[in-house]
Amino acid sequence: MNLPLSSQLINLFAALLLLLAFAMLTQRRILSLINLFALQGFVLALSTGVVAYSTQQTHLYYSALLTLILKVLLLPWILHRLIRALNVRWDVETLIDIPATMLIGIVLVIFAFNLAAPISQIAGTITKSTLGIATACILLSFLMMITRRKAVSQVIGFLAMENGLFFAATSATYGMPMVVELGIALDVLVGTFIFGVFFFHIRETFESLDIHHLEKLKEH
Amino acid sequence: MELLLVLGVPFAGGIVLAFWGHRRFAPELNSGMSLLTLLAAAGLTTRIIADGPILVWNETFFVDSFNVFLVALTAFVAFTTSLFSRPYMRIEAHTGRLSPDRLRLYHSMFQMFSFTMLLALLTNNVGILWVAMEAATLTTVLLVSLYRTPASLEAAWKYFILCGVGIAQALFGTILLYFAAEKVLGSGGTALLWTHLNEVKGALEPTVLGLAFVFLLVGYGTKVGLVPLHNWLPDAHAEGPTPISAVLSGLLLNVALYAVVRAKVLVDGALGTHFAGNLMMGFGLLSVVVAAFLLSRQKDIKRLFAYSSIEHMGLMTFAFGMGGALATFAGLLHMTVHSLTKSAIFFAVGHAAQKSGTQIMADIRGLIESNPTIGWGLMIGSLAILGMPPFGVFTSEFMLLTAAMHQQPWATPFLLAALGVAFAAIFGKVQPMVFGTATAKRLPHPPALIPVFAHLAIVLLLGLYIPPYLAGWYRQAAALIG
Repeated sequence: MNLPLSSQLINLFAALLLLLAFAMLTQRRILSLINLFALQGFVLALSTGVVAYSTQQTHLYYSALLTLILKVLLLPWILHRLIRALNVRWDVETLIDIPATMLIGIVLVIFAFNLAAPISQIAGTITKSTLGIATACILLSFLMMITRRKAVSQVIGFLAMENGLFFAATSATYGMPMVVELGIALDVLVGTFIFGVFFFHIRETFESLDIHHLEKLKEH
Repeated sequence: MELLLVLGVPFAGGIVLAFWGHRRFAPELNSGMSLLTLLAAAGLTTRIIADGPILVWNETFFVDSFNVFLVALTAFVAFTTSLFSRPYMRIEAHTGRLSPDRLRLYHSMFQMFSFTMLLALLTNNVGILWVAMEAATLTTVLLVSLYRTPASLEAAWKYFILCGVGIAQALFGTILLYFAAEKVLGSGGTALLWTHLNEVKGALEPTVLGLAFVFLLVGYGTKVGLVPLHNWLPDAHAEGPTPISAVLSGLLLNVALYAVVRAKVLVDGALGTHFAGNLMMGFGLLSVVVAAFLLSRQKDIKRLFAYSSIEHMGLMTFAFGMGGALATFAGLLHMTVHSLTKSAIFFAVGHAAQKSGTQIMADIRGLIESNPTIGWGLMIGSLAILGMPPFGVFTSEFMLLTAAMHQQPWATPFLLAALGVAFAAIFGKVQPMVFGTATAKRLPHPPALIPVFAHLAIVLLLGLYIPPYLAGWYRQAAALIG
């Protein structure tokens, strides 16, 4: 099979994204988790850039730039500062052990490809084969949010899910209209700030960021 | 022009109150801003009723009779809530539960919350609708945790994470919608504009739209509080300040349901089947039944009425899912009367809880003795929300059940049983609170009771007589939704 260089690159980046999603799922240290998240953002920006170059969609350059600034520089920087201020570099405990999480992850990937198959068939973009991977990234980040106990890692899972959604938008449609993308970026940024404020409140009140403290409100 | 004011006033209010929100006059300023918004919304409404739908500013905003009705309702309830919050928040500050900084945050975010909801209602862009819904979550998260108690932090965290995940699903749904629309409308700005989508809905790819609707329903459904995605709702209502519980129940849930209904119109057009409606009926019925049975287990008064909100949102979702002129009319009417009644109840509940110093129902007793107006407000409000005859909720529920009897007879026993169970649960709990032996203390500021009775009077009026222009307006909106 002879694919042009650009689509080979895009497929490579997509594969890397999936790999990174799995790496995040298994990573126990919060510091490495943030670095992985930054790396994921970087790969995402690169792949968006390649798509922009090969399809001549100029607005995708802006999205790539936005991703680079927001998800590679700004958000990891905020998160780094947060964990330094809160001193939570310790290992992450998971609710399910790592091998079991991996197995569930594999099942999710298969499910994601099945889900995306009918959509990628009718997609006309050069990136249609990556839609399955994008869906898989979303589901894996979702899994990460469910299995983690620390508030910080839940937030990173949330942000990684947004990465997956962005990737899905790029591969299915060459990105959403610019005004919507800007709005989403704003929401993500504001959300992260609020998360940050929140960490301090949780910490002040419970002297820990372990969310099992947050399980008191149950049905009586 | 009115549209600019409707959006501009709360936005400006949010910024101004971010600086002055802790001053003595801040509550009055807050009410004043909400009053201006209400006047602008009233102006917009009269114009839409007279001239028909408008599309302004490069098709950025679209107003038809469906959303202008919700805009008017949102502006009205936001205004009355700001009236209620004046004495309520003063008492909270007086008892030392809130510092000036938090009061500033509260006032600023209250206006921002109104702004995001009005933006969500007025925008023509399905993507901006999503952005505004997410922003509405963000503005209320810090309000839910305003008291910084362990329980309120937990509630806010749950609210944030669950709604965040939910709204991410809705974003995926929006992406899929854009994907289908791009095939027909070409890429770029117009493919997410609702007016354009509505014109070409028949040509959109059915499989993709079906999938998109599932994601949109799950996503926005989380915010509507549909079972099994409702977990955040009772906590957020119980732990936040009461004015916020009132606007969450009375307004935010409506706006989320509005997003679902807009999506349904498109999906119905594309699929030509009753797929979307069936899904909505399923989720709606489940919410009604589950919430009704959970009502009797509640101990906290605000949680009790939060579950009642889930039940009523379920009823509306069921009505819109069923479709048809009568059911949609009933759904719209129910949206109106539920918003008014539920916020009135929360106003009364807020003062009752302040008087007794607790939200636990077993410790609130004898309201009728200590403060007859609060007591009667709570009693009449509860009777209204339970669907007792002269009130508007009775009319809408009766219409809904009649429609269900014709179109989906299998569902009526479930609905009737759930309504009966809800009646027994709520009435059994409210009755001793109102009529027992008094335990309450005096409040440092006189409570705001005009909003309670103003709302209940409108609900009573709607139960006895729906003015013809209002009925015509509902009919127009129902015709749009189909």
